[in-house]
Amino acid sequence: MKVLVTGASGMLGRATALALLERGDEVCVLQRRPAGLPCREVLGDVADPDVVGRGLAGQDAVVHLAAKVDVVGRWADYAHANVEGTREVVAGCRAQGVPRMVHVSSPSVAHAGRPLVGAAADRADPRHARGHYARSKAVAERVALRADSESLAVFAVRPHLVWGPGDTQLVARIVARADAGRLPVLGAGTALIDTTYVDNAGAALVAAVDACGTAHGEALVVSNGEPRPVREVLTRLCRAAGVPGPRRRVPAWAGHVAGAAVEAVWAATGRRDTPPLTRFLAEQLTTAHWFDQRRTREVLGWRPHVDLEEGFTRLSEWYACSPASR
Amino acid sequence: MTGRPSASQEPHLPGVDPAWSRTVTAPDAEGRVRSWHVLDNGAEPAAGTLLCVHGNPTWSYLWRGLLAAAPPGWRVVAPDHLGMGLSERPGRHEPPRTLAQRVDDLGALTSALGVRGPVVTVGHDWGGAISLGWALAHRDQLRGVVLGNTAVHQPAGDRGPVLIRLAHLPLVRQTACVWTPLFVRATSALSRPALSPDVRRALAAPYRSAGRRRGVGDFVADIPFAGEHPSRAAVEAVAEGTRTLDVPALLLWGPRDPVFGERYLADLRQRLPHAALHRYEGASHLVTEDAPQYADAVARWVRDLDAAPVPPRVPDQEPRSLWSALEERTDDLSPAVVEVGGARVSWAALDRRVRRLAAGMAAAGVRPGHRVALLVEPSADLTAAVYATWRAGAVVVVADKGLGFAGMRRALRSAAVDHVIGGRPGLLAARLMRLPGTRISAGHLPGPARRALGVRHSLDDLAATGRHAPMPAEPAADRDCAVVFTSGATGPAKGVVYRHAQVDAQLELLRSTYGVRPDDRLVAAFAPFALLGPALGIGSSVPDIDVTAPGTLTAAALADAAAAVDATLVFASPAALRNVVATAAGLSGPQAGALRRVRLLMSAGAPVPAALLESLQEVLPEAEAHTPYGMTEALPVTDVSLEEIRKAGDGDGVCVGRPLTGVEVAVSPLSADGTAGGEPVTEAGRTGEICVGAGHVKDRYDALWATERASSRDPGWHRTGDVGHLDADGRLWVEGRLAHVVSTPRGPVTPVGIEQRVERLDTVASAAAVGVGPRGTQALAVVVVPAAAGPRRGPSSRLRLAEPGLADAVRAAAGTDVAAVLTAAALPLDIRHASKVDRRKVAERAARALAGSRRR
Repeated sequence: MKVLVTGASGMLGRATALALLERGDEVCVLQRRPAGLPCREVLGDVADPDVVGRGLAGQDAVVHLAAKVDVVGRWADYAHANVEGTREVVAGCRAQGVPRMVHVSSPSVAHAGRPLVGAAADRADPRHARGHYARSKAVAERVALRADSESLAVFAVRPHLVWGPGDTQLVARIVARADAGRLPVLGAGTALIDTTYVDNAGAALVAAVDACGTAHGEALVVSNGEPRPVREVLTRLCRAAGVPGPRRRVPAWAGHVAGAAVEAVWAATGRRDTPPLTRFLAEQLTTAHWFDQRRTREVLGWRPHVDLEEGFTRLSEWYACSPASR
Repeated sequence: MTGRPSASQEPHLPGVDPAWSRTVTAPDAEGRVRSWHVLDNGAEPAAGTLLCVHGNPTWSYLWRGLLAAAPPGWRVVAPDHLGMGLSERPGRHEPPRTLAQRVDDLGALTSALGVRGPVVTVGHDWGGAISLGWALAHRDQLRGVVLGNTAVHQPAGDRGPVLIRLAHLPLVRQTACVWTPLFVRATSALSRPALSPDVRRALAAPYRSAGRRRGVGDFVADIPFAGEHPSRAAVEAVAEGTRTLDVPALLLWGPRDPVFGERYLADLRQRLPHAALHRYEGASHLVTEDAPQYADAVARWVRDLDAAPVPPRVPDQEPRSLWSALEERTDDLSPAVVEVGGARVSWAALDRRVRRLAAGMAAAGVRPGHRVALLVEPSADLTAAVYATWRAGAVVVVADKGLGFAGMRRALRSAAVDHVIGGRPGLLAARLMRLPGTRISAGHLPGPARRALGVRHSLDDLAATGRHAPMPAEPAADRDCAVVFTSGATGPAKGVVYRHAQVDAQLELLRSTYGVRPDDRLVAAFAPFALLGPALGIGSSVPDIDVTAPGTLTAAALADAAAAVDATLVFASPAALRNVVATAAGLSGPQAGALRRVRLLMSAGAPVPAALLESLQEVLPEAEAHTPYGMTEALPVTDVSLEEIRKAGDGDGVCVGRPLTGVEVAVSPLSADGTAGGEPVTEAGRTGEICVGAGHVKDRYDALWATERASSRDPGWHRTGDVGHLDADGRLWVEGRLAHVVSTPRGPVTPVGIEQRVERLDTVASAAAVGVGPRGTQALAVVVVPAAAGPRRGPSSRLRLAEPGLADAVRAAAGTDVAAVLTAAALPLDIRHASKVDRRKVAERAARALAGSRRR
């Protein structure tokens, strides 16, 4: 099969492209900067119709990962990358006759702040999504799913908290802060959260490419299906990276207040670096987030092959072999 | 007749399929064409039609659950009365409609709707009387009647339900019912648990203005409290006609109804003595809202209407009467019942006392089938009262103090007792519980106390009367003889009804299993068994303890009781035995000697750990230790000795031994979602709900038709609510309660095996395995009490994350995916046995902790 992967410079995009290559698919990747993958590359902005058109020409499927992922920044930047980018990919599929689209989304598109306990994949809801990232991804998912039709089969796949070796988003930030002795646990640290080891998420996207057609037009959350208390997840990640685990305890309410304060300061001063805490993050760290995986596994015919234990072992090996990564 | 969709102009009506709602034009009782609103599932009535009649101030919305649960082949039609719901409002100058008119209105409407029969009427509140009026006028179509909280009888001079009575004063009525929505709103406020705002809004939706509410006031005005009321004759005709209904009947009752209380239920049961009854404990007036499961019960009941009846299980042996040993030992002067430090009653004296009491009770109006509550402390008096009640053909109702006052009141009120026998505390409790029935005092009470407690007879009076009164006829073996109650550890205690033959079968099983001989003597420190000595034909003694607080039994008290009858058998609960072991050091030489003569120890109530049985061997060195498995509904089912427990070794669950002779045990395999749906099978290694078939299994649950129907849905089997499996050697292993099965995406997981493996860790004192999250995708949490837990701050119900080392050890021991390991200072135990972990409560606490902060 001929597949375009957008956003392949990220950890998950890279893993997905490699998984497709490994099984013999003809892969093309599209992102701003060279990804260093052994396949054809189209470089440029995913919201640029010419760039997208070049990437989609002659493809059987597209896995659309390219997105702006952050906790700060202007709404316009998120809207451009995430909403416009998705519109262009949809338009490109229609123009080029690409029959399958796997849109990579996020569980945060349907999250209004309540604990998610064995939750199903609810509808994306831009009005209640928290923060620019979640809101823009919610709009994007609706754009993608609305395009689902006889000639274009669309899946929205929402991997939850993807982590693994080489992760610069989640793991690297946690590890860096723990290493600096600045990783607190908010509240009791008992909230159950589910995560996704990167290879499992990649395999799920590959499975979604294959499933696209027999089923389509729905959103599916992907995770390891092994929820754990948040403090345990943080501790295990730190242990794998060889840094001390979280030690400081901050009451949950204090975390929320601090998050709000930090946001206010960042907004007032226009800082563009990553703030230490936001309300969204405080909420993520103090409320349960885990999902009913039955529908996902039934539709995709996929199961995670790397369980948490194995994932932590691999992460630990990776940190041991690449000390520079710290 | 025309039909068009309606209610579309109404706001959101949760639970209603818009396709059910329509407006129909049909003539009323006087032939005037009216417009009616009807909810109608529109099904082809191949089996029949359920005609659902609402009361005041509700409307057809009340029946949405039944429309949704309709069984195949059943059309469900729920109209709104004229002036009510979304039906036409009669003109301002029309007089209020009377009961007779409303019955005729309904008849005119059902013919316009093409309802032909068979019909099952379903009525609630004043809709009960209207539905019965319709039923009496359409006997050729009538297949059954179902009634929720309602009343059909207002005796002259009866003040009626106080609240309704109040609403009858014209000014109050206009104010409460019409000018303000007070009545409409108050009705839905009665619900327990409270209704959601959406549902309350929907219930009030048709009554938003004074004009729309006029029918509500008229309806109240039509309740005939006075003899000259225009509807009086119609109500009486319905009330009397109800007695002549011979179709199947089902009563569904919310006992917390402040309007229609127990006396209205008693009146209905007396008019429809064949009616099945289900009391939804905790439910109030709007039983359909408070117990939405009523809809499935009705669906089940109507489906059963045409099913062939299941023949009851016939006991293998010819039943003996429960007092046959008394008759055989009429001249025996050896002790039958000994109170420690109190009375010694010989077989001869007990027999005489029982016969005289039975005759005296019959003379005082205790009729065969009457229910007699026994609120007497364990004593020779209690024993005599039990056997006399049986001999008189009446039914003993035994609820012990372990249920707590509220639980006991619920239990005894549900049993609808006709007589109460009690000492002063028992009779006082009966008064506070507002139990019905004549009062009989055990022991003499002074005049003022007798009057204050409403005592009509004392046991001594009855025995004196009985000297010269004729003996009542002996009850047949298939008559009810006892109502006992489950522990109430998992919801309100359930009444369990036994017949004479079933209790006899239980006694025979005990005799054969434990080789009971006439020269054995028994000490029973376990509430129900304390009464069975005479029926087993052996002498018995009652230890000087509070049988409802078994944990207070000391080794010395047990030894004194054993010495009193020279006991060879001891029956006690695990909690009692634990304390016996703990206090063994205090035994004197003679006391230790008395215990040395005990040949058999039977421990019941909860599984007994092998370690406890081993420690008991030091206290009762000659006793063979047995622990049976069973429940209030069937005891014993299996039995296992210490020797056999050792041989079985570790496994998934608690080994409770092999089924006793004549007892069949099977399991109904668990399905993926953790429920037990399948037919009972005996295949080794299959985990499922444990099912028991035997002659001594309960006859039925009392006043719990739906529960009984579910528990005995496989003919000949009782579903225990426990889960477990049979092994290749035919041994039964109990893995927990069905309600505690964790339903994970990988399939159902039972708690006991995990808990046992975790509790084997040196670092763990006790453990509970529970599920959190939605069924089918639950995450497993293990809550442990660490061994050597230091003092902790904060409430004991607060769960914390286990330290990594402990969490790793627990995960390794559990043998299945554990999402979280939490620690607690202590695990909540059920009050009754103080030995079973209340996993439901643990699960609630774990769910709270694992959901994290609920801040928005």
